[in-house]
Amino acid sequence: MIIPYTVEARPDTGLHNGKLGIWLFLASEVMLFGALFSSYILLRVGAPEWPHHELSVKLGAINTIILISSSVTMVMAWASLKMNDFKKHRLYLLATFALSAFFLVNKYFEYSEHLSKGEGPWHSTFFAIYFTMTGLHGLHILGGMVVMAYFLGPGAGLWKKNPEQFTNRIEITGLYWHFVDLVWIFLFPVLYLL
Amino acid sequence: MHSDQAEVKKSVRSYMTVFVMLMVFTVLTVAASRFHLAVPVAITLALVIAAMKGSMVASVFMHLSHEKRAIYGALLLTIVFFLVLLFIPVLSMMDHIGTPK
Repeated sequence: MIIPYTVEARPDTGLHNGKLGIWLFLASEVMLFGALFSSYILLRVGAPEWPHHELSVKLGAINTIILISSSVTMVMAWASLKMNDFKKHRLYLLATFALSAFFLVNKYFEYSEHLSKGEGPWHSTFFAIYFTMTGLHGLHILGGMVVMAYFLGPGAGLWKKNPEQFTNRIEITGLYWHFVDLVWIFLFPVLYLL
Repeated sequence: MHSDQAEVKKSVRSYMTVFVMLMVFTVLTVAASRFHLAVPVAITLALVIAAMKGSMVASVFMHLSHEKRAIYGALLLTIVFFLVLLFIPVLSMMDHIGTPK
């Protein structure tokens, strides 16, 4: 069976199906994280006191820099394919993968420090929402890494068979990845700074 | 394909500009938090900076500045529902459930 519109645009939407599909998925993701941000507001407004400076701003800022850099390497991985440079694409994708791994290692140290002090999700409302939001975000990072590993490994073969479809797949991966970065851009000030 | 490549090369320059801007805004948001501003001012400032960073990522990295109408339509609907979701807690503050008469 041939899946239609993986490369050429559908006449009615003007998009290849994968692109419309990922945007609809991202729309559902906005609602998922939106529900958590909404819960955060409800908990914070309802709390008699809200803790400040419970988290390491330094670690949070480092992770922000890591994710922003990974967004740039990701978009460069796609741009390299558009310029027919597969070697550069692999380097940029590998860099994105490495940066996302750094992000998770950083998060691991952060989590361990809090857990060793008994500051788990059960400790307070603040830590409950902190672990829920950053945990869900961390799972998204992990999901992105699985997809990147696929395109660095077995999925890379498609470049030889159908370069345009491969480029579209990397573009879609990139859209997901930038969304994950975008969520962190809001999580950082909300949880670490305010 | 050639004009396509020239277009991408131009985009690469804007990716780098946005990268620098995002770094500058990250430094700004951390610096602003050190001034111990009043909570409403601090929240507004941090969220304005985050919104600016977010819109740069969405418009340049995610190419939303020049996308097809189908995507804009889906996103418009998402924004409407997201705002409804965000303001649902307000409804719980307006009711009198659990408060003594």
